[in-house]
Order: sequence, then C-alpha cells, then structure tokens
Amino acid sequence: MNNEALIAKLKAIVAPYIQDEEAFKNLSEDTDFVKDLKINSANLVDIILDIEDEFDIRLENEDMEQMLDVKSAMNIVTSKLNN
Amino acid sequence: MKKEEIINLLPYQNPFLFVDEIESISENGVIGRYTFKEDETFYKGHFKSNPITPGVILTECMAQIGLVCLGIYLLSNELNENVNPQIALTSHQMDFYLPVLPKERVTVISEKEMFRFNKLKCKVKMLNEEQELVARGVISGMLKV
Repeated sequence: MNNEALIAKLKAIVAPYIQDEEAFKNLSEDTDFVKDLKINSANLVDIILDIEDEFDIRLENEDMEQMLDVKSAMNIVTSKLNN
Repeated sequence: MKKEEIINLLPYQNPFLFVDEIESISENGVIGRYTFKEDETFYKGHFKSNPITPGVILTECMAQIGLVCLGIYLLSNELNENVNPQIALTSHQMDFYLPVLPKERVTVISEKEMFRFNKLKCKVKMLNEEQELVARGVISGMLKV
C-alpha cells in the first residue's frame, strides 16, 4: 500500500473522533492525534482498535505508546503488515 | 481480591458513594447494589417537593459499580493501600425506563465488553426491587495504576 492510500485509510478511521475540524482538513504525516486533532485518550484507544480491524493486525501497549501522530501510525501499520 | 476490599479502594465517599455491596464479581462482569437514602442531598432540589433520583446519579451509580468496581478487580494485582487507580469516565450512552424514588434499592449488572490499553467498556443495566428495568446503556472509562 502506498503512503497516500495509507493516509486516506487512517483519515477515515480517525474522522469520527476528531475535535479540530481545521487540523483534520489539513491532515498530513506530521499531524499529532492529541495536540492537533484534540482526540481524547479513550478515543485514541478506539482508533487503535479500529486500525487493528481495518488492517487485520494486533497492536500491543508499546505500539499504542508510540502512536502519537499520523507518521508513527503509518510506520507501525507498515511494519506489522510486513511481518 | 475480596468484595469488601474493592469497596474500600473506591475513591468516593458520602455524599457521592453509590455502592453498598457487591454480590458477585469476575473477569467478565459484576453485580452490585445500592439503596438510595431518603436524605440524599440531591432530593432537596430534584425536584422541588417531589424527590426523584436524577438520571445522572443513576448513571453515576452504574459507573461506580459497573465500571470502577470491576476495574479495581481487573487491576487488583497492581493495587494496594498505597497505590490507587486513576479513573476517568470517558463516555456513556444511557436509556432510562423507570424512575427511582428515595429508599429504593437498585441492582446494577455490568458485563465487560472490552478492557484494552487501559480503556474499560461495559454494557450496564439497572433493575429495581421488582426486577424491572430502570436503565441500560454502555459506559466507558480509562483506568490505570
């Protein structure tokens, strides 16, 4: 999957949970889930669970801790898919 | 962990503790009870000369039994007198069916839907003494040591 396709999938997953519409419109690899999109900690868990379902992967606590922005989410998903 | 120990670890006290007893508790869920006292503070204002338990208080009771007691049980290996859980209600969806009046005893039945990455989500219902459905819904919170 190329980066654009991956970002598009992640964007659809985070859409129900975002608070900042403007930051969501301009979503890029550098977008931070908490600082930019103003997602709360419980919804961050929902996003993790939705990512697991979408990509059929299993994420662990250390993945969750690293998953702070779009770029780190892309890296984690890509590395899990390649395993 | 014993049922009394769980109640002692709850971070609430009068007038905002809404758990009297835990009937049963396991990895998968909890059943507990609370009797609303005649002199609960909110009856003075809800409603004027017509005391009825507010829905937010029913939700709180369901969260204290269904989510917090269960969460303490699930985290019991990591907790002791000096280590308390950090808790936060993060969302709830609730439907109400019957009013609860002063001196009524309610039973809360909670089933764990998931507990991952510190988020506990439960399907919770409340019954009155006639075993009629008072309220039901889904409550989620974050719990960590």
